[in-house]
Amino acid sequence: MLIPCPWCGEREEIEFKYGGSAEVNYPRDPEAVDDATWARFVFFRPNPKGKMTERWVHTAGCRRWFTVVRDTATHDITPA
Amino acid sequence: MSRLAAGGRIDRTRPIRLTFNGTPYRGYEGDTLASALLANDVRVVARSVTYGRPRGVFSAGIEEPNALVQVGNDTMLRATQVELVDGLEAIGLNGRGRLSAEPDTGRYDKVYAYCEVLVIGGGRAGITAALEASQSGDRVILVDEQVELGGRLLGAGWNDWLETSLTALRSQPDVRLLTRATAFGQYDQNLVLVAQRRVDGGRLWQVRAKRVVIATGAHERPLIFANNDRPGIMLAGAARTYVNRYGVAPGKRAVIFTNNGSTDAGAADLKRAGIIVEAIVDVRAGDAVVDTGGDEEGLRSVVIAPLTGNGPRREVECDLLCVSGGFNPTLHLFSQAQGRLRYDEGLACFVPDAPPPNVAVVGAAAGDLAGRGQGTIMPYWVVPSDGREWSTHFVDLERDVTVADVRRALGTGMRSVEHVKRFTTVGTGSDQGKTAGINEAAVIATQLGQPIGAVGVTTFRPPYVPVSFGLMAGRNGGDLFDPIRVTAMHPWHVAHGAVFENVGQWKRPWYFPRHDEDMEAAVLRECKAAREGVAVTDASTLGKIDIQGPDAVEFLNRMYTNAFDTLKVGSCRYGLMCTVDGMVFDDGVVMHLDPDHWLATTTTGGAAAVLDWMEEWLQTEWSDLRVRLTSVTDHWADVAVVGPRSREVVAELFPKLAIDPQSFPFMAIREGETAGIPVRLHRITFSGELAYELWTPSWYGLALWEAVMAAGEPLGITPYGTETMHVLRAEKGYIICGQETDGTVTPQDLGMSWIVSKKKPFIGQRSHRRSDTARLDRKQLVGLLPVDGEQLLPEGAQLALQPNGAVPIKMVGHVTSSYRSAALGRTFALAMLQRGRERLGSTVYAPLNGHVVAATVTEPIFYDKENVRRDS
Repeated sequence: MLIPCPWCGEREEIEFKYGGSAEVNYPRDPEAVDDATWARFVFFRPNPKGKMTERWVHTAGCRRWFTVVRDTATHDITPA
Repeated sequence: MSRLAAGGRIDRTRPIRLTFNGTPYRGYEGDTLASALLANDVRVVARSVTYGRPRGVFSAGIEEPNALVQVGNDTMLRATQVELVDGLEAIGLNGRGRLSAEPDTGRYDKVYAYCEVLVIGGGRAGITAALEASQSGDRVILVDEQVELGGRLLGAGWNDWLETSLTALRSQPDVRLLTRATAFGQYDQNLVLVAQRRVDGGRLWQVRAKRVVIATGAHERPLIFANNDRPGIMLAGAARTYVNRYGVAPGKRAVIFTNNGSTDAGAADLKRAGIIVEAIVDVRAGDAVVDTGGDEEGLRSVVIAPLTGNGPRREVECDLLCVSGGFNPTLHLFSQAQGRLRYDEGLACFVPDAPPPNVAVVGAAAGDLAGRGQGTIMPYWVVPSDGREWSTHFVDLERDVTVADVRRALGTGMRSVEHVKRFTTVGTGSDQGKTAGINEAAVIATQLGQPIGAVGVTTFRPPYVPVSFGLMAGRNGGDLFDPIRVTAMHPWHVAHGAVFENVGQWKRPWYFPRHDEDMEAAVLRECKAAREGVAVTDASTLGKIDIQGPDAVEFLNRMYTNAFDTLKVGSCRYGLMCTVDGMVFDDGVVMHLDPDHWLATTTTGGAAAVLDWMEEWLQTEWSDLRVRLTSVTDHWADVAVVGPRSREVVAELFPKLAIDPQSFPFMAIREGETAGIPVRLHRITFSGELAYELWTPSWYGLALWEAVMAAGEPLGITPYGTETMHVLRAEKGYIICGQETDGTVTPQDLGMSWIVSKKKPFIGQRSHRRSDTARLDRKQLVGLLPVDGEQLLPEGAQLALQPNGAVPIKMVGHVTSSYRSAALGRTFALAMLQRGRERLGSTVYAPLNGHVVAATVTEPIFYDKENVRRDS
């Protein structure tokens, strides 16, 4: 798979580390949320067949974290 | 001899000697093993895998299912693909090959290549496509599995066209032509893997192409009839290739059995070569070969009868039966790339339907079978069995699968082509069913009365051809398997007999045996030196992250469970990090070097993960923080001088530095210089002893180490490795992340609530209030003293509250670290134990193989509980 690093351009997948869904927002005030809400943030992750907004980090390159939309069925990647 | 007097692309001036099954033969340069064997009238090449039936050369290419041979350590080669080299020794397979116990000594390497257009297949369509693409100045790579480009044309007399086209292609600047190179896998975004055969080894090409042109041609398929596997029965196109390309007559008296027009030109070529064509049996004319006769040497005759069943049968003597059932476009790679197929009734084959992006299919692979002269084809697959069993109607020659097997699978109720494949193993041989796959679908379709298109084909998976592990590994074997990281002091450790241990990619001294000491003796001696005199260890592998920026302290406060805003410049503090679930992730010492300049150490194995983790928070959640991170792990060498007499060594090295306990207290940082080496000194301890970590830029690492050894020599300074380091820290109850912790352990579980701030937010804080992390019956860190102080608990041992009882005994914990202690004169351990802190003083039991070790639960600290030695 080729992944478009916004800094370095398209590079091979082995240069990157996966960061999971980009749509899990860190609660603004963790102390203010109840256990269930917090558990949802910590443990629940989307796992769609199709388009998924996700994070990658160019570990073997510029070390930038970035967000792309990847189709989990086809590996088609579009910028977020 | 069946070598023709003239013709073919072999070089008759260059004879080559070979042996087959021990018998010497002769061939010519340009021959394959198969053509040489046919030229020498060797008809039986191998025996089939299940029934041991004699088998001969069936094809002239990569699709060969029968003529399998072993050459040296290569256990399963196709005789049709083995180039003749002088002295070649080949053995026909009797069922299976024999794996060699010897290592593969072949030379393999890898090439990463990039191009605008990759053309797969160097036949007419591929060469044409490459020529076209090269006109625009694009970088073009053309790969072909054969020894020379030309594909089918090499056996069809197109030599002039070939010569002209290849000359034109070679004159283009950005065209790369690879022969003996088989594209065997096509992956996302046009990554194509190509295996190239080379003298004594191979080369793996990993090609990224903007566009891929699949010009892989088509494989001829056989018709299925009784006893269709005898030596002498061959694909019609192959027989023609042997005549035209290799100058070999594969038989003297031939019968041709066909359902299409491609055999017309072949029959003419055979006749021109002096082969008597006894009969042309054409399904389109209502005739079929219903059976064959023969013996151990192969085919002797065929039985011909009308398709209608009840007409007259006649037997014709022959030694060659050329069979053509039509053509299957070679769409393995196309399918791997997620291209869809559709069945074309008129062509009687599967053709490409929807190609994936940036992939084109041309020539015979695209269903253009005019070049093969298919003409009108009468779709026909299986000749009825004449009332007998179907047990010699072979569908898959390599796997010895017959129509009877497929019928049995269908009889059990299977309908899917995939299920039938798994039940019968059709298509699972090393040829991957290249001549069998579509015929399997056709047999199923015939039996079930369904259209072939509805039955479909089994999934095509890489690799298209067998690929050796050696090729996959390339040069990445032995020392080159994975990068090896060594510290600046490594040469000294090697010279002084260190035994090394692998920690991630690092080589770390494990212990330094003297004379014939074993590890236990060496470690006890090293520990004693550190506790009673002075010892030294190489701590350079610690992960080191340089942290700079005006918001660095805020960043550290959020990352670590403890606070850093009170830490003065010139001081260090131990820090602990959690993940969002509140579990301990990593630990280390954070140094405050300048107002906006900090440096954090991490565990040796965690360095990369911690940096990624920090960057993720900084870049995705806290992009407002003005902080920058840099890995400086390899920039610094770290010499840890440890023990009650370490101060004397440091004093000797840095005479101008005030190092009394008041001037240079625990957790302070000082700058110094010794023998021209710049050194940053830290009073940090991972042993519980008075200790100094001396940091210097890596260039000076070895020089500093040697200076320390020289200064400490009068005091008997003792080098030690990771094992002693582990024992010393365990005696003090210092955890190792990844040893005491496993991603399910909170700071509270470790008894480290003291390091968890209640005054500021940090990652994972909220999780410490979750009902599960606040449970009272969680496993907690404790110490264990085996009742018998000679017994060493194995790390990982499970713990129970009773010495015996009905199985399964309830397990309440596990041993995380276990050593022999020189200071204690006995064994001890650290463990994670349910309600551990309530069980201090009680006994737990580790049931081991055949015996039970009892141990007393203690506080997880065994030595200098008051930290007098550390602070001295």
